[in-house]
Amino acid sequence: MVAAKHTKEEIFELLSQIVDPEIPAVTIEEIGMLQDVNITETGCEVIITPTYTGCPAMGIIEADIKALLDEHGIEAKVKLVYDPAWTTDMITDVAKEKMRKYGIAPPVNSSCGNITVAEREIECPQCGSQNTEVVSRFGSTACKALYKCNDCKEPFEYFKCH
Amino acid sequence: MTDINQLKYSYSLRLGDNAWILSHRLAEWCSNGPILEEDLALTNLALDLIGRAQGFYKYAAELEGKGKSEDDIAYRRNERQYFNNLIMEMPNGNFADTIARQLYVSVFEYYFFRELKNSKDETFAALAAKTLKEVKYHMAHAADWTIRLGDGTEESHKKMQKALNELWMYTGELFEMNDVDSELMAQGVSVDLSMLKPKWEQHIIDVLKEATLAQPEDIYMQTGSRQGIHTEHLGHILGDMQYLQRAYPDAKW
Repeated sequence: MVAAKHTKEEIFELLSQIVDPEIPAVTIEEIGMLQDVNITETGCEVIITPTYTGCPAMGIIEADIKALLDEHGIEAKVKLVYDPAWTTDMITDVAKEKMRKYGIAPPVNSSCGNITVAEREIECPQCGSQNTEVVSRFGSTACKALYKCNDCKEPFEYFKCH
Repeated sequence: MTDINQLKYSYSLRLGDNAWILSHRLAEWCSNGPILEEDLALTNLALDLIGRAQGFYKYAAELEGKGKSEDDIAYRRNERQYFNNLIMEMPNGNFADTIARQLYVSVFEYYFFRELKNSKDETFAALAAKTLKEVKYHMAHAADWTIRLGDGTEESHKKMQKALNELWMYTGELFEMNDVDSELMAQGVSVDLSMLKPKWEQHIIDVLKEATLAQPEDIYMQTGSRQGIHTEHLGHILGDMQYLQRAYPDAKW
């Protein structure tokens, strides 16, 4: 077996720079998509999990991972897994704060059972008001809902509990 | 294929087909939605369904072991090789027709995937757990609109009731089981659909009550999809969906 040139930690470190193409304020590690890295004889295998089954960003993320590791001379295989199923609980608190600053209200509850009750009081990421209402359960991407703030009148997106 | 893989292949194909065909129908709303937000919502639902179909088709291809991709399965089969329930291929009609279809299907899927996530087959269990999270939103969307239209104006109430009545005859088939179901059930892989029916019916009745709508009367129930027999609509869907692959085989972007 060829001695690994890079350790698992080093590869994780590199991959932690890759951002979510749809929410460039957060990285794929912070959002919980980056699950694991296995060192193999030829390079490494990167395990990722999609936020939503139909997430169109997965192809770009896979290409970004391969390109970045290739720059460092690491041959990477990317494996998509559905287990464990991704949940918004995997998003770190730091990432939630970054989302808010970016203008997206982060998920408020843990992966909630009762979505209709849980998502009525969403804080406006612009002015902090709780006086907001849902416009549509589905926004510009499957993971977000459309809201509007009744105080500052700004529309905003809310990252849904999942 | 071994016997068990053959059965799982059929099951995976059926689940993939349901998601794939309904996804195509919902995508037809793109740029035709009644309002912009709804245009986005319906196409978001379609996207979830494409992702789901991809998962089940990939697994079917893996079980078959002939080196096919999920695209081969999606684009290179004819009507009789599709096993989606007939309700998935019903035309979009007006907005109420689409919502009625969404209500019947998403409530069914909610109870279905809740059970399938306990499957002894790890891939089915993982896909089901993932799908269940998405289906909860589909169901909430459909129920919201059913209530809004049913308890809305005289005209919206009339259209919603008509849509529910017309699609009712395609709901019986959702619970139909054949050898694939019974043999996989014995191994703890598949879901006992007969157990789901009372829960589904109660859930639908509760939504309709809140929407001031009446439960459609039990009538003749259309059947066929478990044998790959379809309505005339599927051929038109495939003609549209498969055109590029049929006209330019192996075309790449």
